Amino acid sequence: MQSQVQTEKKIILVGNPNVGKSVVFNTMTGSYTTVSNYPGTSVEVSRGQCEISGENYQVLDTPGMYSLLPITEEERVARRILLEESPHVVVHVIDARNLERMLPMTLQLIEAGLPVVLLINIMDEAERVGMHVDIALLQEKLQIPVVGGAMGRAKRGLWELRDAIRDFKVSKATFNYATDLEKDIHGISSLMQGEYTLNRRSLTLMLLQRDEEIAERVKDREGDRYESVEKAVNDTVFDRRVDLHLRISLERKRICKGLLDGVITQKEGNQQTFADRFSNLTMNPWTGVPLLLIVLYLGLYQFVGGFGAGTIVDFLEGTLFEEFLNPWVIGLCETYIPWYWLNELIVGEYGLFTLGVRYAVAIILPIVGTFFIAFAVIEDSGYFPRLAMLVDRLFKKIGLNGRAVIPMVLGFGCDTMATVVTRTLESTRERIIATLLLALAIPCSAQMGVILGLLSGVPGALMVWMASMIGVFLLVGLLAAQVVPGERPMFYMEIPPMRLPQVQNVMIKTLTRMQWYFMEIFPLFMIASVLLWAGKLSGALQWLVGAFNPVMRLLGLPNEASAAFIFGFFRRDFGAAGLYDLQNDGLLDPVQLTVAAVTLTLFVPCVAQFLVMQKERGWKTSLTIFFLVTGLAFAVGWSLNKFLLMTGLLA
Amino acid sequence: MNVSAKAEEILESLWIATEEKGEDAAHFERLGIAQEDEGLAELVGLAFVEVNGEWVRLRKEGREEARMTVRRHRLAERLMMDILDIKGVTGDERACEFEHLLHHGVDTKICTLLNHPTTCPHGKPIPPGSCCEQARQEGEVGVVALTELKAGEKGEIAYLAATDASKMKKLMSMGVLPGSDLVVTRTFPSYIFKVGYSEFAVDAELAREIFVRKV
Repeated sequence: MQSQVQTEKKIILVGNPNVGKSVVFNTMTGSYTTVSNYPGTSVEVSRGQCEISGENYQVLDTPGMYSLLPITEEERVARRILLEESPHVVVHVIDARNLERMLPMTLQLIEAGLPVVLLINIMDEAERVGMHVDIALLQEKLQIPVVGGAMGRAKRGLWELRDAIRDFKVSKATFNYATDLEKDIHGISSLMQGEYTLNRRSLTLMLLQRDEEIAERVKDREGDRYESVEKAVNDTVFDRRVDLHLRISLERKRICKGLLDGVITQKEGNQQTFADRFSNLTMNPWTGVPLLLIVLYLGLYQFVGGFGAGTIVDFLEGTLFEEFLNPWVIGLCETYIPWYWLNELIVGEYGLFTLGVRYAVAIILPIVGTFFIAFAVIEDSGYFPRLAMLVDRLFKKIGLNGRAVIPMVLGFGCDTMATVVTRTLESTRERIIATLLLALAIPCSAQMGVILGLLSGVPGALMVWMASMIGVFLLVGLLAAQVVPGERPMFYMEIPPMRLPQVQNVMIKTLTRMQWYFMEIFPLFMIASVLLWAGKLSGALQWLVGAFNPVMRLLGLPNEASAAFIFGFFRRDFGAAGLYDLQNDGLLDPVQLTVAAVTLTLFVPCVAQFLVMQKERGWKTSLTIFFLVTGLAFAVGWSLNKFLLMTGLLA
Repeated sequence: MNVSAKAEEILESLWIATEEKGEDAAHFERLGIAQEDEGLAELVGLAFVEVNGEWVRLRKEGREEARMTVRRHRLAERLMMDILDIKGVTGDERACEFEHLLHHGVDTKICTLLNHPTTCPHGKPIPPGSCCEQARQEGEVGVVALTELKAGEKGEIAYLAATDASKMKKLMSMGVLPGSDLVVTRTFPSYIFKVGYSEFAVDAELAREIFVRKV
């Protein structure tokens, strides 16, 4: 079995972001895919199987890349895959409408000696704007297989692509740059004698563009010869210091222009589509902000809050567990297990089943599940780049740039996952600020579900809670932007066309994320249950709760509330649910309830989030954030209590 | 005709007082000079100014020289701040030293390099020179930063003025390359432009580094 996996031929999909690469991947592989982090990185790579004419292939979907020269971590991983996985075929997926802009990367891939098949995707939308692409002519000029397709619609081009992969033969096409540049390239590449997966010409170009990873590899392979290579590279870089990058880019562009001559014919037919007009509405602040509110209301409040946290949770928790499963399991335990402590461990107040499994399955899963559906729909529609552009100015004030809106929104689903995603931000400064704000002021969906339910009964409380969160978010962001050292972020982003999300894609994304969430979180629920159980039986819990009482009194809260705060560390929503019980027992007045909800939302992240923070940012930063957040939460709670009592608001 | 640096300073202040503030004459105190000032004597000798008690008045003969002096000063400011990136007090000081060097057609060259700016970095008007008039008559548009384009305007990318090499590499690999045509579709809250069928959003900082030839 093991050897069979290794002899399997590999197909690697590469291309810019937003060219429908993952749709191509899903169409080729069906649903049997695994998503995992690429070894040693946090970047996700999907792998799947595909059978063509009786032969099995492994298909890899790489993160989006704009060029063989990587800038972001995703691009580095994508290139590493090309360097290390020795593919049978590399399928370069490009957007037909942007053929001219994306073809330079095809050149780079061919230049590197990779076995390239070009898939010109999204042909349907290109045709709608009056564009015709002569596939046969382009194939002749490029001397590699070229396939036109529209995978999103009726899998157009899938069979042609499969045939091209099956019949693939390596071609020896070369494209020449200007003579002077060629001379320099040849001068350097002839100095290299090592064995490489990419060819030397392409390595030389990357060396000239100061690619450190490639430099390391070349150094490794060339040994003593590297010195002369390095000298030749440095000489050329100095001689061409004025415009080397630009020269190479422009040369590629010139070659592409020549290749595309006669390939593209553009008819007039450029009327604005509905998607274009809608896209404009999302980017105009006057219409964009109301649209954002509608998206939040329908997506978060109605779908996640109403349907997920309401309907589904009511059914699973209220009906399935409370009425059927719990009594049954408790009955079984009482009949067959004579020991009190074991009974407590499984079905007690903090039991593995009654607390751990019930919370994880009946409360958290439906809430994050519906959140992930909403998130995937928004993601696939192309709305996020537009939102990023809309909030960029505001986010600059808090030391972030528009891009950070994606982890922030994800934080409303699960702060732990969002903290992982902060890696996609460019500077350490942005990552620290984003991690801090996620830990402090962004409530996750599980917690928010409970808090919305908790506060909706008290008029005005929800407004105070929201105002406090937004206020703290902005204030701390403003301060952090002043305090955290580093460069001001710059914002640039490609705005992909708006598209109707595909059901299959949304489902696969949601399932993958839910799977991740369940694998990461479920064990923590179990650990939390065991810890609480041990604490209860040993009396440590009562002691800790007692130690917390003075803090509660400072906030004007009853002693019973301390339990909620202690539990809050194990799962943020445990804490909120604890408040729920207190309110049901009539122990909290509106002011106390609001103060408790605000403090608890701001209060330390759950165990999982703290562990991820530590992993991503290191001990020093994560502990600083931990203490800062704890201090701030109680300071804000204390002030809010005084403020509410003084003004008589909510009284 | 060249006057001394001191005389140029006096002419400059006089131009601002009389032409831009609409006053008839300027007092010694305002010009920062005394009765026996060398520069003043020089200007009186050239019949560029008249002195009446402690008041100095710009004569018709001195107007052109004064105008060009102001122009040189403000062009120097633009050069310092836009191209050499020396801002604030240092920028102002260097501009004051630099302006006296902008004779013999150097001002024309710099004016053309800066694409005939009409205002200084402080927003005051730069009196147009003959090069500006000529460019206007020939209908030249020249190269401007992306921030100067309005929504709906088209241009060809002329060059990218890099301050951060990796950002520029990114822009280039995304296909934002000199020679490509672009259309600006939105300028607020960020700059959005189309190259071919692709749309890009950049903030003002980056937009200032993309230079465009208007078409």
